[in-house]
Amino acid sequence: MDFTRRETLALGAGAAALTVLPFRVHAAADEAIAAFTGGADVADGGVTLTAPEIAENGNTVPISVDAEGAVSILVLASGNPTPGVATFNFGELAGSQMASTRIRLAGTQDVVAVAKMADGSFAKASSTVKVTIGGCGG
Amino acid sequence: MASGVKPRVKAPKKAEAGEVVTIKTLISHKMESGQRKDKEGNIIPRSIINRFTCDFNGKNVIDVTLEPAISTNPYFEFEATIPEAGELKFTWYDDDGSVYDEAKNVAIG
Repeated sequence: MDFTRRETLALGAGAAALTVLPFRVHAAADEAIAAFTGGADVADGGVTLTAPEIAENGNTVPISVDAEGAVSILVLASGNPTPGVATFNFGELAGSQMASTRIRLAGTQDVVAVAKMADGSFAKASSTVKVTIGGCGG
Repeated sequence: MASGVKPRVKAPKKAEAGEVVTIKTLISHKMESGQRKDKEGNIIPRSIINRFTCDFNGKNVIDVTLEPAISTNPYFEFEATIPEAGELKFTWYDDDGSVYDEAKNVAIG
C-alpha cells in the first residue's frame, strides 16, 4: 500500500487529533470530581464499584456501588461525551449505602465512583469496562 | 411529554420492625440523551428523568440525580430500613416538568 505525501500528512493529523481527544475527556471527568469534592483529597479504597469486565451492549451496562458510611456517591464514565452518570444521596432510612442501576457507555473506558463519607472525607474506586457496541448512537 | 411512562416497583408487603429490605424500581422512559441525531442530522433534544427519590413516611431513603448516561427505562435497586408500618413513596422527575409517583404500603409482622 503506497501513500502519497498528501495522504501521509492527513494520517498524521488524524493521529494527532486522536491523542488529544481522550486527554480532554479525562479532564472533564477530573473537573466533575473536583466539583463534587471541592478540591479535597480523594483516597483509594473504601468504596466498591461492581461493573462487568466486558459489556457487549454499551446501552445498558449493569453497575453497582457500595460504600459503608457514605453520604453520597458520584458515578462517572470518563470516556462518555459528558462524564456524569448519577449521584446517589442516601437518606436517614437508607438500609445500606448500596445502589445498583444500568448505565450507557460510549466505548471501552474507566467507570469511576467517588464516595463522600459522613466525616467529610472522600474515597474513590474505578473499573475498566470493555464495550463491544457503544451506547451513544450516531 | 414523554409517552408510555409507567413506573414499576417491587417492594415487600410485610417486614419486621427495623428490618432492611431490598427495593427494585423500574420506570419505562426512553431517556433521550441529547447526543443522538435524527435522519436529517438534527440533534434530538434531551428528554430524560433527572431525579428519583424514595421516602418512607416522609423520611428520605435515597435521592438520585440522573444524567443522560443512565440507560433507557431507568432501573434502581437499593435497600431501605423499615422502622414501622407505613408507606413507601417513589417519585420520578422528568425534564419536561412531569412528575410520576408510585406508593407501596408496608405492614409490620
